[in-house]
Amino acid sequence: MLLSDKDRIFTNLYGVHDWTLKGALARGDWDGTKAILAQGHDWIIDQVKASGLRGRGGAGFSTGLKWSFMPKTVGERPHYLVVNADEGEPGTCKDRDMMRNDPHKLLEGCLIAGFAMRAHVAYIYIRGEFYREAERLEAAIAQAEEAGLLGDNACGTGWPFRVYVHRGAGAYICGEETALIQSLEGKKGQPRLKPPFPAGVGLYGCPTTVNNVESIAVVPTILRRGSSWFAGIGRENNSGTKVFCISGHVNKPCNVEEAMSVPLRTLIEQHAGGVRGGWDNLLAIIPGGASVPLLPKHICDDVLMDFDALKEVKSGLGTAAVMVMDKSTDVVKAITRLSKFYQHESCGQCTPCREGCGWMARVMERLVTGEAEIEEIDILEEVTRQVEGHTICALGDAAAWPIQGLIRHFRPELERRIKARKGANGDAAPASAAAE
Amino acid sequence: MTAAKTIPESDAADAPFAFNEASLAEARRILAKYPEGRERSAVLPLLDLAQRQHGWISRGVVEAVAELAKTPPIRVWEVVTFYTMYNQGRIGRHHVQICTNVSCWLRGADEIVRAAREVFGVEFGQTTDDGTATVSEVECLGACVNAPMVQIDDDYHEDLDYESAKALFHAIRQGHAVQAGSWAKRQCSAPAGERSTLTADPTTPEGGKWIAADSPAAGASAGGAK
Repeated sequence: MLLSDKDRIFTNLYGVHDWTLKGALARGDWDGTKAILAQGHDWIIDQVKASGLRGRGGAGFSTGLKWSFMPKTVGERPHYLVVNADEGEPGTCKDRDMMRNDPHKLLEGCLIAGFAMRAHVAYIYIRGEFYREAERLEAAIAQAEEAGLLGDNACGTGWPFRVYVHRGAGAYICGEETALIQSLEGKKGQPRLKPPFPAGVGLYGCPTTVNNVESIAVVPTILRRGSSWFAGIGRENNSGTKVFCISGHVNKPCNVEEAMSVPLRTLIEQHAGGVRGGWDNLLAIIPGGASVPLLPKHICDDVLMDFDALKEVKSGLGTAAVMVMDKSTDVVKAITRLSKFYQHESCGQCTPCREGCGWMARVMERLVTGEAEIEEIDILEEVTRQVEGHTICALGDAAAWPIQGLIRHFRPELERRIKARKGANGDAAPASAAAE
Repeated sequence: MTAAKTIPESDAADAPFAFNEASLAEARRILAKYPEGRERSAVLPLLDLAQRQHGWISRGVVEAVAELAKTPPIRVWEVVTFYTMYNQGRIGRHHVQICTNVSCWLRGADEIVRAAREVFGVEFGQTTDDGTATVSEVECLGACVNAPMVQIDDDYHEDLDYESAKALFHAIRQGHAVQAGSWAKRQCSAPAGERSTLTADPTTPEGGKWIAADSPAAGASAGGAK
């Protein structure tokens, strides 16, 4: 059931081996790239569709299908591939390791994906804080160009292909694909309305596809090992391998590439040394990065780590960033910290998100100490529903979901704090107004 | 909102600025990444370049970047105020940025904040009297399995605790060189101690180097491109 090293894609995830082109070639990167490209644009897209690869950046949309939305012929406007390396979802740190330790997998993936969608240029938009990782990517690009793998005649195919690194400057919202495009154009990272979708009108108004680092970096290996190999790992509709980031209260936090649909408990016990103090000391887990609702222990006991299984329990795989909280955790404080994060990162464009994130964070802060009325829990829940689905991008949803998860699973704890505070005060002092 | 800045604006907001020769060479390399007529795309990297030379973003910086990016200064200014990495005021020689988001907080970010307060004697957004360091609170920096962590200038310092953070901060304060990376001597994001994965040789089929017989890549010359 568990993945063996033979089936791992990121064989230098931990940077034990040489990251340079020499090391990458020894591990099988850039092997037969020309022959793969010779199969043609549509063959590549069909293979990626058949592999069942779903986007690794959080939304889980079929990568091959996304590529197929690009125009089949190139008109006046050139096509662009943009790689989303603006990794900033709290709990997530996988793309960083792929870029610093296995940069050539990403570059080869850029060429294959770019060729498939008839692009000659790829931009890798990397978060500004990843300065060393950007340096590493630039160095790897120079190596690949020197070897003729990228450049005017990429891999000897006659297809010109360039990859450029573009550093961001500290804004979580730029991980949203249209905000990322805005930022790449030198603007504030404020998401655009869709439609039009980037495949029609993207970077500089040209057809553009934005994909997560992991989605692009796995493609060369899928084409070498075969789409049926990738599709055969994990449950149906959830196929492939996935890099999980396990942080928080485990004995050995780590990144690890495992099969999709691995049981959450197995993942933590096999690779992260188990929950601190043992599995019974577990309180809750956020299974897919800050934006997805948390799961209390009883669900964690047997839930599988894939898109559909986590959706069934009203959470999500997101970026597969597993944040573990043991029983010593103040879970209300944890979610409040996330609310403050969304308040800080809202781009300010849509009123429900701009005002709602601040409002929700202020109410959450009072819930930590219990300085609230019981009814305010319902008001808060109602406000999350008013924000969710009423904004241009998904940041509003992402701010709402963790709070909804907290209320769904830990309402008694919220009420206990309010009652305890009232008891301590000896009266039912009215709480201050929620927010202005 | 993102515009919430950690560094206060400087009084000397109109300090003059001109790109030096080395910066100009780098600016040309940056501008060459974007198509003709799309110089505005270079606004973010050019601002970063200027900040590396000047230390912060003054009005002079905005004007110099606007000229290179062929963009009105106000368009550059709105970028400066939107992104957190641009300092609108002078900062210390080192920028100590402490992540307090959930993964770091769960593993003791509060202790790192305490260590910083003790060593630097300043609150978030403030600079030490001697100008050595500015301390900021930042959102998730994407090193969550090596939490808690801080970023100092361009480097990440990971797997900290109160003691190691104090040692790190003292070294910064005293101007000593510090080694970036894991302070617990971990190999990147691998689990501490024995690894549960990636133990096979990656240049062998058992270690992941293999091609399916029916793949077009099978039988192609190694490197494919040569």
